[in-house]
Amino acid sequence: MTTLYALAYLLAAILFILGLRQLSSPRTARNGNYTAAAGMVIALGATVPQLHFTGAGAVIVLVGVLVGASVGTIGARQVKMTAIPQMVALFNGAGGGAAALVAVSELLTFGSHPPINEALPSVFSIVIGSVSFAGSLVAFAKLQELMTGTPITYPGQQLVNGLIAAAIIGFVIAVLAIASIPFSFLSLMVLALILGVAFVLPIGGADMPVVISLLNAFTGLAVAASGFTLNNFALIVAGTLVGASGSLLTKLMSDAMGRSLRNVLFGAFGQVRTTAGAAAGKEGRSVRTSSIEDLATLLAYSRRVIIVPGYGLAVAQAQHAVRELADLLEKKGVEVDYAIHPVAGRMPGHMNVLLAEANVPYEQLKEMDEINDEFKDADVVLVVGANDVVNPAARTSPGSPIFGMPILNADEAKNIVFLKRSMRPGFAGIDNDLLYDPKTIMLFGDAKDSLTKLVNAVKAA
Amino acid sequence: MTNELLNELTFFVLAVFVGIEVISKVPTMLHTPLMSGTNAIHGIILVGALFIAAGANSPVTVILGFLAVVLATTNVVGGFVVTDRMLEMFKGRQAAAKTAETANIK
Repeated sequence: MTTLYALAYLLAAILFILGLRQLSSPRTARNGNYTAAAGMVIALGATVPQLHFTGAGAVIVLVGVLVGASVGTIGARQVKMTAIPQMVALFNGAGGGAAALVAVSELLTFGSHPPINEALPSVFSIVIGSVSFAGSLVAFAKLQELMTGTPITYPGQQLVNGLIAAAIIGFVIAVLAIASIPFSFLSLMVLALILGVAFVLPIGGADMPVVISLLNAFTGLAVAASGFTLNNFALIVAGTLVGASGSLLTKLMSDAMGRSLRNVLFGAFGQVRTTAGAAAGKEGRSVRTSSIEDLATLLAYSRRVIIVPGYGLAVAQAQHAVRELADLLEKKGVEVDYAIHPVAGRMPGHMNVLLAEANVPYEQLKEMDEINDEFKDADVVLVVGANDVVNPAARTSPGSPIFGMPILNADEAKNIVFLKRSMRPGFAGIDNDLLYDPKTIMLFGDAKDSLTKLVNAVKAA
Repeated sequence: MTNELLNELTFFVLAVFVGIEVISKVPTMLHTPLMSGTNAIHGIILVGALFIAAGANSPVTVILGFLAVVLATTNVVGGFVVTDRMLEMFKGRQAAAKTAETANIK
């Protein structure tokens, strides 16, 4: 019978691997998710007959699964497409928390002196799982704008974080080598939770995707460690797969932003920021605005218009309005394309999903490398709710926190039109010189309102 | 080192290489769905949570087990559902791309 369960876990592992492979290609991605889900069903199916229920155990398993399944389904179904990144952060945090709790419970069963080969992976799982849990909650709060998205820094921060980490290591050694104090694992968990919060606080909101991806890999490793404690191959293999692929994905994501992972994680964002802000000396600079009618005329008599959509478009739910404007312009013979920055929106690929939802034709969506040479031929670049991804500071000012990030060459176009709610800086919290460029026209207001007005004006033009 | 631990280590090391190899060619636009998909897979911790919760026999283990099951189930179910919602959006794009292809052939 045990052989049968082991074979089922092996099958589940195979399905996870195939699922990941399918998820990495656009054509098969959706099936990949189903393949992985099938693996999960098989692994769980092989687990249930192995359980020996106590009375209370049966109740909490039943109620727990019902509650978790309802929360998960409702959360995932109700969440708006714009808020999906923070939802992923929450689900990831849940997994990290679960891994830590499983390790704590398992250690408690050993009493005061757990064998080292059980205790070591458990302690690892407790620490990493708790860091992931707390860190994910902070990432959620930042993306949901429950707290400021700008990096939170204070003098001596690195030192404080270092001390917390050192305290954890000291505690781990004491627990493993000297003696086990009852409930010491719970205290370890609390320390690790604090470290998780402290770790994410100094990282800016714009970098949250990379952080969530890293914490996702952490949770995978915590799960694998729990697998060592429980001697369960399904946990080891699946957890390690996620840990490894998640680490690579984290690197790919920071590469897409043109930054190193170290630069993202360790405060560079926060520290350079102050100097960049001071150097800009933006006092008293004026911006150019224009009437809706003039803008409509400008657009209607262009040959080529490139639309740069950003998160502001998503927030205003303006993807349908922007498509209406694009359709209208095309009817008038204007060539319209969308330039999609790799990190447009809040996460890589986020904007593609939103525009696909509005039925924007696939062939109009151009990736950055594909369209960057064409900006100089564009009559108008229409920037809808984007900011950092067209900020020339990324090319020209080495002091800027986004220096080195590949950007869309919107500044090369003949005219640049920004649809923006205010002069407020983008998510990275940096001023954008392009807003003050003589070629730039600002149109303030909600993106959807502005676009609807533009559509009507273009119809009249 | 026991045989079992050795086996487990072997699985661990091999899984590291497979995990890296299998997603190495992912395009940027799939980064978010892929992250979400792997996020659902580590919900496998539910297997561990079930073992812990089923055998719970003290107030502390009941509380820990219950929380672990709730969190892990949320991770699994929410993870797969939200990934599917993201990937659902790509369907429209592919259909559009296909129509464009057939139009070109004609």
